[in-house]
Amino acid sequence: MFKPLPDSRSGCVTLTIDGQSLSVFEGQSVAAAVLAAGLASCRTTVVSGSPRLPYCMMGLCFDCLMEIDGVPNCQACLVEVREGMVVRRQQGRRGLQP
Amino acid sequence: MSATINCDIAVVGGGLVGAAIAYGLAGRGLKPVVVDEGDVAYRASRGNFGLIWVQGKGLGFDAYARWTRLSSEIWGDFAQELQDVTGVDVAHRRPGGLEVCVDDAEYQERAEELHRLSEQTPGFEYELLDPAALRALVPGLSEALPGGAYCPHDGHANPLYLLRALHEGITRKGGRYLPEGPVSAITPDGAGFALTTRAGRLRAERVVVTAGLGSKALASEVGLDAPVYPNRGQILVTERVTPFLELPTAYLRQTAEGSLQLGDTHEDVGLDDGTTSAAMKAIAARAVKSFPFLESVRLVRAWGALRVMTPDGAPIYDASERHSGAFLATCHSGVTLAAVHAIPLAAWIAGADPPPEVRSFSAERFHVQTAA
Repeated sequence: MFKPLPDSRSGCVTLTIDGQSLSVFEGQSVAAAVLAAGLASCRTTVVSGSPRLPYCMMGLCFDCLMEIDGVPNCQACLVEVREGMVVRRQQGRRGLQP
Repeated sequence: MSATINCDIAVVGGGLVGAAIAYGLAGRGLKPVVVDEGDVAYRASRGNFGLIWVQGKGLGFDAYARWTRLSSEIWGDFAQELQDVTGVDVAHRRPGGLEVCVDDAEYQERAEELHRLSEQTPGFEYELLDPAALRALVPGLSEALPGGAYCPHDGHANPLYLLRALHEGITRKGGRYLPEGPVSAITPDGAGFALTTRAGRLRAERVVVTAGLGSKALASEVGLDAPVYPNRGQILVTERVTPFLELPTAYLRQTAEGSLQLGDTHEDVGLDDGTTSAAMKAIAARAVKSFPFLESVRLVRAWGALRVMTPDGAPIYDASERHSGAFLATCHSGVTLAAVHAIPLAAWIAGADPPPEVRSFSAERFHVQTAA
């Protein structure tokens, strides 16, 4: 569905999303990488568990929440991809043990 | 609203106070028209923390303590009725509430206050908790806390869903919601009241002023006194996390969806409803002092909102002697008191005998104090 503009191509880095290895363009946000890879979802919602993909791409809608390098509920549109990054889909709420 | 609208009763202001009263009036055979300023209003109802809070309220004012407790006691049935009428679940829970004290002075002061309240107002129940009892009730509390107080009358609800449900309920019961305000004038004409709004005129046989901070000017036009002033509270909201806190506390509650709300401040800053980094830092620091494991939790929102304060913090309810049919209701506890506003207070405005507490809430009480 999404294609990079011809002049935006750059070097690549490799990251994993839920264990699946992906080669993505440097300088992209994690959310852009999710869309470019055509993933079905980046998270499930807290109340109904329905799947979501990134929407606003500018830090406002909170629909692109993902666990990035162990930190839950990161806004994937605000985080740039890095070599070796470990990304997981955010499944509902963040786990928290008192 | 091009032609003049006629109605039996107009409610000026559609926040939680006006909406609860209008909902109650609509259930009593009246067809209230709520004239509201709309989303540009200061709208304390949308900045509310969502507590239904009894503990500590009404010390030195027995009627206020009883009125608040009555509301908490009938809130459950009220929430159920709202859901039956509108389909909106306002997430009402009444597990009791907790005041977590962060130092000895605060704990001693709290203990003394609640003891005096229980002597003043029979039926007010509470329990002081030592650090061990506190941590048994709420896992994860800091071991350094001196103690706290549990009160079984306390609870919470979602204020946004409550406002939504009330507006929906007003319409379903035959009332109207008109976001055509603000009302710039209320003119008594002997047989009723003419209201001037942004979009035209409205004639009402009776009028209820529930305009929050706007009540001061409007009430004076119908011979009533509303000495209200703004008091800012700031609130922080976190990402949604695993449910761990069933009991609401005075400074931290977890919503039904898992977000944590952290409050609050009491600031005298006029009509500025913004946020400040200093206040946000203090709010977060207090929460982390009580619940150290929250240190890593992410904040996602912050806001300021203006409480509608009265000189003694208690509500003002009045019926005008000079202009029969004009009423005033204002307070800063729109969620806590929603149930009594919709039921006994609305019944009184609709024509029933006043509930025993109501006379105590006249603004006359401030004039007596001034004279003395």
